[in-house]
Amino acid sequence: MSNQRKRPNGEREEDDEEDDAEGIGQWERAYVDDRSWEALQEDESGLLRPIDTSAIYHAQYRRRLRMLSAAAAGTRIQKGLIRYLYIVIDFSRAAAETDFRPSRMAIMAKHVEAFIREFFDQNPLSQIGLVSIKNGIAHTLTDLGGSPESHIQALMGKLEAAGDSSLQNALELVHEHLNQIPSYGHREVLILYSALSTSDPGDIMETIQKCKKSRLRCSVIGLSAEMFICKHLCQETGGLYSVAVDEVHLKDLLLEHAPPPPAIAEFAISNLIKMGFPQRAAEGSMAICSCHKEVKIGAGYTCPRCKARVCELPTECTICGLTLVSSPHLARSYHHLFPIAPFDEVPTLTSANDPRRKLGKSCFGCQQSLLGAGNKPGPCVTCRKCKHYFCLDCDIYIHESLHNCPGCESIHRPKSVSLMEE
Amino acid sequence: MATVASKLYSDDVSLLVLLLDTNPLFWSNRSTTFSQFLSHVLAFLNAVLGLNQLNRVVVIATGYCSCDYIYDSSLTLSGNSESGRTGMPALFGSLLEKLEDFIDKDEELIKEQEHDERIASSLLSGSLSMALCYIQRIFRSGHLHPQPRILCLQGSPDGPEQYVAVMNSIFSAQRLMVPIDSCYIGTQNSAFLQQASYITGGVHHAPKQLDGLFQFLTTIFATDLHTRSFVQLPKPVGVDFRASSVFGQSKLDGASTVSDKKRKAPDS
Repeated sequence: MSNQRKRPNGEREEDDEEDDAEGIGQWERAYVDDRSWEALQEDESGLLRPIDTSAIYHAQYRRRLRMLSAAAAGTRIQKGLIRYLYIVIDFSRAAAETDFRPSRMAIMAKHVEAFIREFFDQNPLSQIGLVSIKNGIAHTLTDLGGSPESHIQALMGKLEAAGDSSLQNALELVHEHLNQIPSYGHREVLILYSALSTSDPGDIMETIQKCKKSRLRCSVIGLSAEMFICKHLCQETGGLYSVAVDEVHLKDLLLEHAPPPPAIAEFAISNLIKMGFPQRAAEGSMAICSCHKEVKIGAGYTCPRCKARVCELPTECTICGLTLVSSPHLARSYHHLFPIAPFDEVPTLTSANDPRRKLGKSCFGCQQSLLGAGNKPGPCVTCRKCKHYFCLDCDIYIHESLHNCPGCESIHRPKSVSLMEE
Repeated sequence: MATVASKLYSDDVSLLVLLLDTNPLFWSNRSTTFSQFLSHVLAFLNAVLGLNQLNRVVVIATGYCSCDYIYDSSLTLSGNSESGRTGMPALFGSLLEKLEDFIDKDEELIKEQEHDERIASSLLSGSLSMALCYIQRIFRSGHLHPQPRILCLQGSPDGPEQYVAVMNSIFSAQRLMVPIDSCYIGTQNSAFLQQASYITGGVHHAPKQLDGLFQFLTTIFATDLHTRSFVQLPKPVGVDFRASSVFGQSKLDGASTVSDKKRKAPDS
């Protein structure tokens, strides 16, 4: 399941360039692979045409959207919304390599921080734990918890790389931790692997079978090259394996793991879970909070079952164990359950005076003019249901961040029909 | 995805997106008429535009069957445009014309449908989504842009069928760091608007007397985002966070059971 982008000039030329690269300066090395001048074009009179990156960006976005919707079309896909994810970061000596500037571990730490925030934004009911591999031993940096700040602080604390890497030790440690979680949660592991080898005390194949039996979904993002053992691990457990070619690609690959993956029905048993929706404590009320064991005044939440005070949500009440959330936390996951259909591209062959285009001279969402240069119709998209026209940027914003079609929301539908259509 | 609003030409330039509730089912039986209400609002808009030369105002009307852009201050060129029909300032001649057209079209659409007798809610989610698309366009336009915020002038009650869409808009506004202020002029409490203002860091207020609406608007909602750190604004007293069930109208209280596995509906 590797996912490597093709280099623009093919494999063989790269070998020749490698030899030449020895004798050239540091500043020139940056341009050995990046030939941005080849992307320039000239128009009829010989002047340079400005590069239209927005169309390329939009085409990439639509290709991605089509892949996702093709995978989901026609099937009922269950998504696990309560995820328990362990992030395993490899801090062996390979992490000190400088092929990612300034070093692999600095880049990994930066992107993992962004990933943690994005993860809690999209999965407020889930928990993350951090594990690091150093000198052949796996250490737990943080236990499973729902607050992003504690994880990020622990991660940024010590960034040093040393010794060998051991995949088996990491998997054993994570397996031990994840065996203790309740059966309705989804168990996932995300491994950021930079080494090219693994030094294991025993048979790693046994460990992989153990993980498979415990329904652990392991995904690996490699930073150096594709390894058979990682590929095997991901295939056996049903995860994703990908290798990053540069920093931007690494960020994209990491963020792909933020939305909930399709879940296998037998992995987590469907249960009804009791959750509490605490009321905010009144201003000026005093109580001893159960998380810090000190007297706090004012802001806080009261557990509806045992009336203990907690400081922030979502959390588990330390006294009675009830999961406490507020309804906006649940609402953050709703867009995974009610996604909007991708918009259709409008063919640019129709002229601006076409009667069908009368509906949209400007984007319905942002009122930007949809006419391109010279009053010819520029690229735009249309929603299947409400038939309104939108510009490309609104299309991206609506599908990635907003998850509402403004046109569909601006039509009054009788209540009995509205939810069936979604 | 979310862009951080960078330091603009001066701290207090703002873009106000006003979501005006024009739901005829709400205005038909109120003691204050819609035109009296509108006079307060237009004076308020004038005040906002007068606070800073670079301030911008966009008005989106929230109707019962449709939503539309009514006014954009950056598009209307200053000039000698007269609006002889009304006694209103000439600045808003086009606003009033477009508002009239919008309300007429909305009423025609209402006649075509049989409306729900129980809850006469307006399309808040639609106008919120349009406002956010417009603000996203402002963010794309470069480094020098006013600081945007949204003000909802709402009287109609909440429509539970819009819960998911409204929450999606609120979270998107939170990520863009755009506060949603809300001024509720109806009778019952609006849980959606309270949550919106609480989550995005805006101000919520429900004035009891509509006669003094202009004073409430200018003292509470006219301040730009930078000045709010020096001004004492109404704080949220108790936010109604009770879970609104997605599939019905009942509001659940206390500890409730939630199914952990939610099935995704097939694409139609």
